[in-house]
Amino acid sequence: MQLIQILWDRRDFFLICLLEHIRISLTAVVCAGVLGILTGVFISRHKKAAGIALGVINVVYTVPSISLLGFLIPFTGIGDKTAVIALTVYGLLPIVRNTYTGLVNVDAGILEVAEGLGADGKQILFGIRFPLAIPVIISGFRNMVVMIIAMGGIASFIGAGGLGAAIYRGITTYNMALTAAGSLLIALLALLSDWLLSRAEKAVNRRYGIG
Amino acid sequence: MDKAIEIRDCSAAYGENKVLNHVSLTVEKGEFVVIIGPSGCGKTTLLKMMNGLVIPLEGEVAVNGELIRGCDLSAMRRRIGYAVQGAGLFPHMTVEDNICYVPGLERRLTQEEKKILAEKMLELVQLPGEVGKRFPRQLSGGQKQRVGIARALAAAPDILLMDEPFGAVDEITRRGLQEELLALQRKTGITIVFITHDIGEAFHLGSRVLIMKEGEIWQEGKPEELQKAPRDEFVRSLIRR
Repeated sequence: MQLIQILWDRRDFFLICLLEHIRISLTAVVCAGVLGILTGVFISRHKKAAGIALGVINVVYTVPSISLLGFLIPFTGIGDKTAVIALTVYGLLPIVRNTYTGLVNVDAGILEVAEGLGADGKQILFGIRFPLAIPVIISGFRNMVVMIIAMGGIASFIGAGGLGAAIYRGITTYNMALTAAGSLLIALLALLSDWLLSRAEKAVNRRYGIG
Repeated sequence: MDKAIEIRDCSAAYGENKVLNHVSLTVEKGEFVVIIGPSGCGKTTLLKMMNGLVIPLEGEVAVNGELIRGCDLSAMRRRIGYAVQGAGLFPHMTVEDNICYVPGLERRLTQEEKKILAEKMLELVQLPGEVGKRFPRQLSGGQKQRVGIARALAAAPDILLMDEPFGAVDEITRRGLQEELLALQRKTGITIVFITHDIGEAFHLGSRVLIMKEGEIWQEGKPEELQKAPRDEFVRSLIRR
């Protein structure tokens, strides 16, 4: 009850936080998505780079998120920019790994048939390899989006906006309901995004005759 | 007669493992050559040499009088049909898009052109036109195989390479496909190189049969010749089967 009460009483504050959260997350999703898919495509074609890139990304992933934000402050300062960079770096892991795995695991027999029929490298990549990897890439994308939205809560600790501001303020003022409300909204936003993406995933799979 | 495919003294290996040992072979235009032999004898490697999927370590390959080495491989392959066991259809494309794949590599086809071409090719392999809108997973094994052949023939190639194309279908369907393939060859005069492990199929289809063993062409000739004068016990046991 207290929760609903506080959400209603401070609806303007929460709305601003929510919109900020969406804006920061969306920016990071676009950055990580573009960068991650490009990296995934690149390392699927250069096996040597794959080991290095996946290794580096895995190591970065083991750095606690709060300290990653800390590390970035000397370089990019505090605020939204640093938050977006940190979220992008975190989001890279699932999307790079899934893009890579999806592209590499396409049935070699199918690829050889395409080559034997006269497709060149580009036609095989865009016409065969990529579409067949789409289901795996999309599931990586879903992971990434949920992770970025959830992680976005921490961004406020370095002065970025978003629902983390509500959580942070709740913690520092011993206002449990405020923290809970911020967390709840983050969870709902993540769930809603995941649900929307699962719909998109089904539609794409149907388009490609897989689902 | 003109030469469709010429393989001159070619060898191939996968790492240390030598799979073809100084093989030479000429396929005349309009021939139906069937290659048979135990697994690992190099028959698939030999076939893949004909469309440049395998590049020989030594020797030369010429298709329609043009050397493969140094030519535009993709462009050359588009003029050679290629069908494999299990059909290897692209699972994310409809039957229509599968059939129109090779012509579509050259230029973008309109929906209308695709529809006309797919219908024509489906008729050729005796499938109803409505199959065109389906996806490969909705087809039976025999239907997939037919679509695979339709795809191989869609760009009107004058050479067709087939690697155990009927290996994954039941006996009755296979008979039907064999008859259709023979009729098709009589009608179009296309050159066919066909791999099988079934000696009955080899003798039934081939105007010439190559028996391979351990990376070499062990014996070749018309089916009657092989039956009359097998070279040794190996060929005899293969024929008896």
